[in-house]
Amino acid sequence: MKYMMLIVSDPEAADRPSDPAVDKVEDWVAKHDGSGKRLDGQRLRPPESATTIRRRGGELLITDGPFTETREWIAGFDILECDDLDEAIAIAATHPMSAAGTIEVRPFWPFEG
Amino acid sequence: MTDGGGAADDIRRALTEAMAEQRLRIVASLIRTTGNWDLAEDAVSDAAERALVTWPRDGIPDNPAAWLTATARRRAIDVLRRAQVERGKLADLAELEELTGEGPEASPMGDDRLRLVFTCCHPALALEARVALTLKVVSGLSTGAIGRAFLTSEATMGQRLLRAKQKIAHAGIPYRVPTDDFAERVDGVLVVVYLVFTEGYATGAGSLADEAIRLARLLVGLMPKSDETRALLALMLLQHARRDAREVAGERVTLEHQDRSRWRHEEIDEAVALLRRPWTVRGPYAVQADLAAAHATAPSADETDWVRIVALYDELLDIAPTPVIALNRAIAVGMSDGPLAGLAALETAADDPRLAGHYLVAAARGDLLGRAGLRDEALIAVEQAIELAPTEQERRQLEQRAAELRES
Repeated sequence: MKYMMLIVSDPEAADRPSDPAVDKVEDWVAKHDGSGKRLDGQRLRPPESATTIRRRGGELLITDGPFTETREWIAGFDILECDDLDEAIAIAATHPMSAAGTIEVRPFWPFEG
Repeated sequence: MTDGGGAADDIRRALTEAMAEQRLRIVASLIRTTGNWDLAEDAVSDAAERALVTWPRDGIPDNPAAWLTATARRRAIDVLRRAQVERGKLADLAELEELTGEGPEASPMGDDRLRLVFTCCHPALALEARVALTLKVVSGLSTGAIGRAFLTSEATMGQRLLRAKQKIAHAGIPYRVPTDDFAERVDGVLVVVYLVFTEGYATGAGSLADEAIRLARLLVGLMPKSDETRALLALMLLQHARRDAREVAGERVTLEHQDRSRWRHEEIDEAVALLRRPWTVRGPYAVQADLAAAHATAPSADETDWVRIVALYDELLDIAPTPVIALNRAIAVGMSDGPLAGLAALETAADDPRLAGHYLVAAARGDLLGRAGLRDEALIAVEQAIELAPTEQERRQLEQRAAELRES
């Protein structure tokens, strides 16, 4: 199954002690690229660089900034190919942002679902 | 086959027994082989309905459980075959062959029932969904009965179950006994079982408490090496053994005033035997069960071994410290070392900000002061507890305590 790992920033992360259970991001990427579990992934620039696009009533609206203003924002993503949710959870649980932020794991919606 | 046309009562009894023995095994193995939860549950219900038609006609089969298993499997195969024909697909022969294979224990990798329990209690499901799914699929309760027990409608409960099954399918929650984080996942299962038990008491649905004990017995059988599972069974047996003494004329009776002859002593004995076996791991359920056993085995409230109870509270505070445990420990110190020692322990416990304004602190203080002979101070504390008490019943009990103090 394919899963999207959404990496979410946490503004309070700086106040927390580091957690020895997580990998360094380079090591994490190398490990899961090597095993074939990580198919792709990117860090994203912060919300200030976002542009929001909407079509409403036949009109194209282009605005500066993110669609919603929240203190947490998506800082990156990884696409995983895993046997099941437990494997995806185990991989996400050693990503450094599981300690420094929040990771949301979501299954892809297959064409036949 | 036995003689044809057994009495309706015999048939009902044979079916109930066979379902109790086999329903969970059939459902668990059909979920593994078909991956379809609703199909598995429907196939078993269908087999039970067929039994009510064919058994009166042909007699009760020699092995009713085996009959139910074979009938449910056949039903599942029929439904799958029909669906595959409708979709214009060839039958998945491997799947069907496994379905028709030998016996429900044919699973090559351990017990399907345990797999089912861990899947129902997966941490990626919301706690209320885990509870509902466990009661529905593992215990076999109806959606309506679960809804009533949790004071919600059948429709709402049906939605909750549907969402939980969809999450399992869509998110890829595996049908497996976990290996990596086994101990934590067992804890997650026990939380669900204990919640079923406490919910039974909170809502007055006593059958839920029985169901929780049944679940714990099943888990002890499936995981005989899990100390915490055995401890939880003992803890629930000990608490449930007091069910007939807990209320008199609609009023709650505290432990020390309960009529001990109304406790179920055979259940207490069973729990004590479970607790006597040696521990590899001593977790919070083991200590709580030992605490409950120390109360349950005292011949009278006065003969309670308070020194042991204080020691057990100390052990529990080491494993899982909470302010309420510290408060209960202070009350026990008041019993073992006298009210003044109890008051000192109480004031230390009450320093915890989480206990600020808690009526139990004021009630315990009033009790200890009263026993220390400080009547006026005790009365002030009890009156404070009355103001803070959250329910009418607790207020009434405290009013009675205040009246006793005024008269003394």
